[in-house]
Amino acid sequence: MKLAMLVGVAAAVLAVPLNAKSLPVEKATLTAPPMVPPPITRNYPAKVQIHLETQEKVGRMADGVEYVFWSFGGSVPGSFIRVREGDEVEFTLSNHPSSKMPHNIDLHAVTGPGGGAVSSFTSPGHSSTFSFQVINPGLYVYHCATAPVGMHVANGMYGLILVEPKDGLPKVDREYYVVQGDFYTKGAYGEAGVQPFDMEKAIKEQPDYVVFNGAVGSLTGDKALTAKVGETVRLYVGNGGPNLVSSFHVIGEIFDNVYVEGGDLVNHNVQTTLVPAGGSAIVDFKLDVPGNFILVDHSIFRAFNKGALGILKVEGKEDKGIYSGKQKDSVYLPEGSAVQSVGDAAPFVTAQNKAEKIRFGQRIYEANCQACHQAKGEGIKGAFPPVAKSDYLNADHDRAIRVILNGLSGAVKVNGETYNSVMPAMQLNDMDIANVLTYLLNNFGNKGGEVTAEQVANQRH
Amino acid sequence: MFITTLWLSLAGQMQPIDAGEYRPLYLKADTPYVQVQSFQLDAAPVTNQAYFEFVQAQTKWQKQNVPSIFAEHNYLQHWLLQNGQYQPSQHQLNTPVTNVSWFAAQAYCQAQGKVLPTVDQWEYVALASEHQANGSIEGDFHQKILAWYSKPTPTQLPEIMQNPANYWGVYDMHGLVWEWTLDFNSALVNGESRNDASLDAKLFCGAGAASSADPKDYAAFMRFGFRSSLQAHFTSSNLGFRCAAATNYSKD
Repeated sequence: MKLAMLVGVAAAVLAVPLNAKSLPVEKATLTAPPMVPPPITRNYPAKVQIHLETQEKVGRMADGVEYVFWSFGGSVPGSFIRVREGDEVEFTLSNHPSSKMPHNIDLHAVTGPGGGAVSSFTSPGHSSTFSFQVINPGLYVYHCATAPVGMHVANGMYGLILVEPKDGLPKVDREYYVVQGDFYTKGAYGEAGVQPFDMEKAIKEQPDYVVFNGAVGSLTGDKALTAKVGETVRLYVGNGGPNLVSSFHVIGEIFDNVYVEGGDLVNHNVQTTLVPAGGSAIVDFKLDVPGNFILVDHSIFRAFNKGALGILKVEGKEDKGIYSGKQKDSVYLPEGSAVQSVGDAAPFVTAQNKAEKIRFGQRIYEANCQACHQAKGEGIKGAFPPVAKSDYLNADHDRAIRVILNGLSGAVKVNGETYNSVMPAMQLNDMDIANVLTYLLNNFGNKGGEVTAEQVANQRH
Repeated sequence: MFITTLWLSLAGQMQPIDAGEYRPLYLKADTPYVQVQSFQLDAAPVTNQAYFEFVQAQTKWQKQNVPSIFAEHNYLQHWLLQNGQYQPSQHQLNTPVTNVSWFAAQAYCQAQGKVLPTVDQWEYVALASEHQANGSIEGDFHQKILAWYSKPTPTQLPEIMQNPANYWGVYDMHGLVWEWTLDFNSALVNGESRNDASLDAKLFCGAGAASSADPKDYAAFMRFGFRSSLQAHFTSSNLGFRCAAATNYSKD
């Protein structure tokens, strides 16, 4: 079968010299992220026409935060391009008349000076056309290379072009398109309004946002990627940069195959794969159990504080043999007495009044809670519920105590949004729990109140 | 009403610019400054109204008459055909004229005994902030300019002279439209912005920022980048112009 196909390809190549005039012509199917065009079924080269438009327009970066994105095809990352090894590509780049900037495109799949940058340099309201043959199979980044290159890339001008090998890639059930990018805004993370690009932060490589597919939350909630148990999923992962290298990881999954750096080398059983700025990786894995699998840059502050977080929602039957869930929670009594310490132990200070409880509670919050529930208690939509203006928190103080004592898993509704994730039990003493809850109740727009250590003790079993 | 009259009278006026020096972006940090002789520069970009008066006097520059080698198809595309003639609408009168080619802009200036400013003249004046000739030493100078560059062109451009004049009494060097210069393509000949470190082309650059005097001056990178994408018959919805003249020029 495979040999027959190879012979067929060879025959086609022999019969059809690589001359544009004699190749069949087709228009490329382009898709916006996270979707990927269907695999190429033909087994002969073609002349593929691609038309991409550069646009400059205001879009959403996070809730309440907007940014002027520059893009290929109106999305960040730009349209996904899929061609076959040996194809001749006729590429037309149009720059929308409302653009303020000239743009061009450097496709890393191009063999030739500048990757097409010179030939595609296009003033606002104009189009440029150039042609190239795709010689090397692989997953390649394309990006704008107009001066200042860093700013064009930082504003979202990148995407992926897949050059399928002649024999195609192994069949999978689902394919998705995910590209990481870092963004530099005048205001800090979450500061509302239209945020201008901040050149100083970009030069210092201190992004406010590190996100998948151009915005915080572009792959969570309703927009989460989906799959079913038993299916194999392939992710075409890119990193537009401009600055950061990504440690791409899917929490709860192991990549069965990684096409390292988007090339031919296939590695197996990989936990985290490095995706360089201006580079890519192809990963695939079979889904054995249901649940939410979280895509992160495992430089983990980027995930929980700068937005690099997406969700793959997998539905289907549980397999307790592969993953049991929590089977038992028991008290752990280490040998000997309390934990020994050397030197001066910090004196144990007890809050004397409500104001002190709030002050102490703040420290507890910052040390234990803030990473997920965020600095202003706003949480992360689709992943971590808010503790600010939280109906769930205010409604039942005892329940809140139990959540901290025992953890919480399963669906809860907070401020009208359903959250279905896991919070671990917190190893805090009664006083600390009383303090952190008192702090929360009296901050972030909550309704006030006070929780005592006795109340906490009563909820312990 | 008074203010309107004031800026209309100012709009056609020129401001004297003292001689001085500046360091162009694309030169190396150790190359000498460029000397700029004293000259005069229009206080504001040329408006649609002023340009309309010009094409009425010189009908060969009307949209229906201009040969395509001097101005491409989109020339004056924002004007409407009324009574057999393309003209700006009422609310466009005091906005800068755009969609004009280099040939058309140069013809307009020459009709008044003026000429387009050179890149050096333009950049020298553009370097001024509100209070000093060299604004680049003010902390947020580049950032403010950049904020405008990164926004798309609005459908309706603002009117001229809505923001404070710079040190030279010149308005709208930044924040309104791009502007043609006499020698817009002399410094830049190549669309590959990263290659110039190895070229002797004195290009603007990206990765080749090694050859730039001030790699932080993204705003200037973008102006040089924009200019290098142009050809003389191109027109753009955010590209206008103003004129310059010798110091002894006077309108009689």
